[in-house]
Amino acid sequence: MSFELADWYSKNRIGDIIIEYKGEITSDLITNLLEVFESKIDEIEVPSKIRKKLYNVLVEGLQNLYHHAIVSPVKEDKEKVIGAIILSNKDGQFTFTTGNYTLLENKKKLIDIIEQINSLSKDELKQLYKMILNNKEFSEKGGGGLGMIDIARKTGNKLLYQFYDYNSEIIFYQITTNIN
Amino acid sequence: MESIIIEGTPKTPTVEFNAEEGKVEIRGRSIPENSVEFYNPLIAWLEEYGNNPKDVTQVNIQLEYFNTSSSKCILDVFKKLESLAKAGNDIKVNWFYEEDDEDMLEAGEDYQSIIKLPFKMIEIEE
Repeated sequence: MSFELADWYSKNRIGDIIIEYKGEITSDLITNLLEVFESKIDEIEVPSKIRKKLYNVLVEGLQNLYHHAIVSPVKEDKEKVIGAIILSNKDGQFTFTTGNYTLLENKKKLIDIIEQINSLSKDELKQLYKMILNNKEFSEKGGGGLGMIDIARKTGNKLLYQFYDYNSEIIFYQITTNIN
Repeated sequence: MESIIIEGTPKTPTVEFNAEEGKVEIRGRSIPENSVEFYNPLIAWLEEYGNNPKDVTQVNIQLEYFNTSSSKCILDVFKKLESLAKAGNDIKVNWFYEEDDEDMLEAGEDYQSIIKLPFKMIEIEE
């Protein structure tokens, strides 16, 4: 059975949903989702420290989609850049998942980056972040996995990833992180 | 030299660069998708300011949030200021962070360890 975004989306809607979206990813959409997040998070009692971490992770996750998601291969999406996000809460443990289409040829590079991030201690992540910040030229799309390193630093948790085959060239890439 | 005064938006910070007062201030949120576009004029201003800086330049950075795309641009701002300091000018950096916001304190410390400028970490109440 081939990958269906709607199935993936419903499978990942677990716990109390704070914010969720699937569709075209634009700059205005990101602004709107961040506003929705701020009003929704006011409804639940969350320590300001956690609230800030959630906001940061949301910004980086959404902007990763904005910069790196590719045009949807699904005909009905009419060549739009499609991404999906779900931020949910289960007993004070927050889970943030994003998903987007990408090229199969990016898979190995993505795995290498995430595995490297997951293998590092808090201090090693700090050193890697500073090294990339200070030395590596940023591409127009931003830089060198810095967003994912930032997410790992802020959450202190591992990045969980999964790939789903769409066709012979395109895959759907999911990344999940917990914030607690 | 003309000042730069930019009102903050949900994604970009309030900026006040004032050559007469020797004041360089960035406050609020810096989370645009394209940070380079926002920061380029600020870097250019600092370049020009370097031709005739005040005896003391006060740098106030008070950010609630910034994204990784801005982090490089903020480093570029500090690098410009660092070159002014190397030329013998007095540059003082105040890095503000809200109480309990350890991440923002740590971000300031990251810059402090990369840039050779005197940093003062200032905790503010939420």
